[in-house]
Amino acid sequence: MSLTIINKQDLTNFVKHLLPLYRVTGPAEVNGGFAFKTIEDPGELRLDYPTTILPPKKYLLPPKETLFEFDNSGNGSIKPPRGDPRTVILGVHTCDLHAIQLLDHVFSTGQVDASYTNRRRQTLIVSVECLTPCDDQSFCKSMGTLSADEGYDLHLTDLGDVYAVDIGTEAGQNLLQHTQSSQASPDDILKLNAVLSEKWPRFPYRLDFDISDLPSLLSMSMKSSLWDELGERCLACAACTNVCPTCFCFDVKDEIELDLKHGQRVRSWDSCQLDEFATVVGGHNFRKSRSLRQRHRFMRKGKYILEAHNYLGCVGCGRCARACLVDITPVGVFNELYRQKEVGGKS
Amino acid sequence: MITNRTQTTLARQAEDKLFIPVPARITKVESLTALEKVFTLELPDGISLGHRPGQFVEVSVYGIGEAPISISSSPSRSNGSFEVCVRKVGDVTGALHKLEPEARVGVRGPFGRGFPIEKFRGKDLLFAPGGLGLAPLRSLINQVIDERAHFGRVIILYGARTPSELLFKDELKQWGERIDLEVLLTVDRGDDTWKGNVGVITTLFRFISIHPRNTIAITCGPPVMYRFVLMELLGKNISEGNIYLSLERRMKCGVGKCGHCQINNVYACQSGPVFPYNEIKGLEEAL
Repeated sequence: MSLTIINKQDLTNFVKHLLPLYRVTGPAEVNGGFAFKTIEDPGELRLDYPTTILPPKKYLLPPKETLFEFDNSGNGSIKPPRGDPRTVILGVHTCDLHAIQLLDHVFSTGQVDASYTNRRRQTLIVSVECLTPCDDQSFCKSMGTLSADEGYDLHLTDLGDVYAVDIGTEAGQNLLQHTQSSQASPDDILKLNAVLSEKWPRFPYRLDFDISDLPSLLSMSMKSSLWDELGERCLACAACTNVCPTCFCFDVKDEIELDLKHGQRVRSWDSCQLDEFATVVGGHNFRKSRSLRQRHRFMRKGKYILEAHNYLGCVGCGRCARACLVDITPVGVFNELYRQKEVGGKS
Repeated sequence: MITNRTQTTLARQAEDKLFIPVPARITKVESLTALEKVFTLELPDGISLGHRPGQFVEVSVYGIGEAPISISSSPSRSNGSFEVCVRKVGDVTGALHKLEPEARVGVRGPFGRGFPIEKFRGKDLLFAPGGLGLAPLRSLINQVIDERAHFGRVIILYGARTPSELLFKDELKQWGERIDLEVLLTVDRGDDTWKGNVGVITTLFRFISIHPRNTIAITCGPPVMYRFVLMELLGKNISEGNIYLSLERRMKCGVGKCGHCQINNVYACQSGPVFPYNEIKGLEEAL
């Protein structure tokens, strides 16, 4: 699509113009780290952030949301929840962009999940090109998520004094009404090409094999001894799934007010790492060990989700690796499975 | 045949309101045992459920929650209502057990893949439910009875822990009296009143002889039962693709999203809960 230029000093004004029209969210410094938050002052926005603990998924699939409200007085009635505000998410990295494309697919195919898709339709995404690795836990290059051709409304690349803006959608084009911008010159395009091509060597490959081999590697690894080792270490704290941009499993519960009549049915993030996740009401647990639950998690990430949705369930953001207290990481797990296969030729 | 396609059914309404239950009226409550009750539910505005035997619904008691429950009645006897057999075992089922006729509950569904009854035509059918496993199979058994001419022999082997825990006793008696059904019952532990077989369900298999090439076996029960029943069925040379199981999982959404019922790469709520054995044999964690 066409390429536009925004001066960096105009970004503040751009955000200021969006504030009255949208819930504007983006990365900002919070408690010494960075988090996606509702932006109240354009100065808060930090598009140069490395990574965040929680991904921007929280604006599309909130940690907790109301599916409907009920009223048990009289004959009982239910009503839908209030709609969400129109939202702009600024500063989305391409790994998270890939994750959002998976979520879009999960919730809009098969039986359409309107709770998600309605919110998604109200949301504009302005992503940023990553030019340096977040830290040594990210492995986006190995997962093929270090760039993106779609999934954004606008995509910004930092060219020093200006941002090169790729317009992904008509909605993105319309958003540009709120800022000064200019058509990119041939020089801008040359500079953009240089910046993009120079960034790749800065990112290491961290997997020891090509990502296209991951599903078959996992297929061969159902009985690997590694799962038992992970089970011994795993604390079943569910931090990995809570910070994951692609985890979409959820729980559904009722909450009732103190009048015991009014309440709401809520859906909230759940985790396959928790003991009760696959337990049926009589007490039988179909994944009763942490080893089986870790295996399930990694199988989903590299194989099951791919088979069901044609998107990998891991985007290489490294959040689970940072969050894990016992150093269970996708890179470590996938490389160890690869090593076992190479060494054993059979496991 | 099974569903009247011109009729409005809940099955076809579900698409746009995924998580919004439809209010259903309880028209009848019948106690079967100390723990199990059968609820007859009627949907509003003459909507029919439009289910297949083997499917399940999500039943809501607002303020307590929602639980997946198999449909126990046959589509052939729908009459604008359907039945669920509920064991009082958790929060939602406990709350359901306190409800009386005229109370309202929420219903979503029907969900999942039911039994492919078209494929069963001309075959001998061997049902082997254990305990509460009779609840979903009863839907199919009554459908088969109502289309009796389409099937060969119909054998029902049913086991419960004690005589007082046998479900649908009146119906079992009626089935036992029919000349076109072979019904064998067993209990793990008998009592003074019990004159029948004592032993787990697998002890009934020695009383029957079947034609393996022409037999479809259908089983449902607690997880521990499947291995032993499968051994008997395979021992009788029934092919793996002709053995159907209905698997229990903790379905939260019913539509292949929440992840709770996932068995490897299979969502039981969508691809199941009914599976031919050859489809789940290779899945770790299935049984």
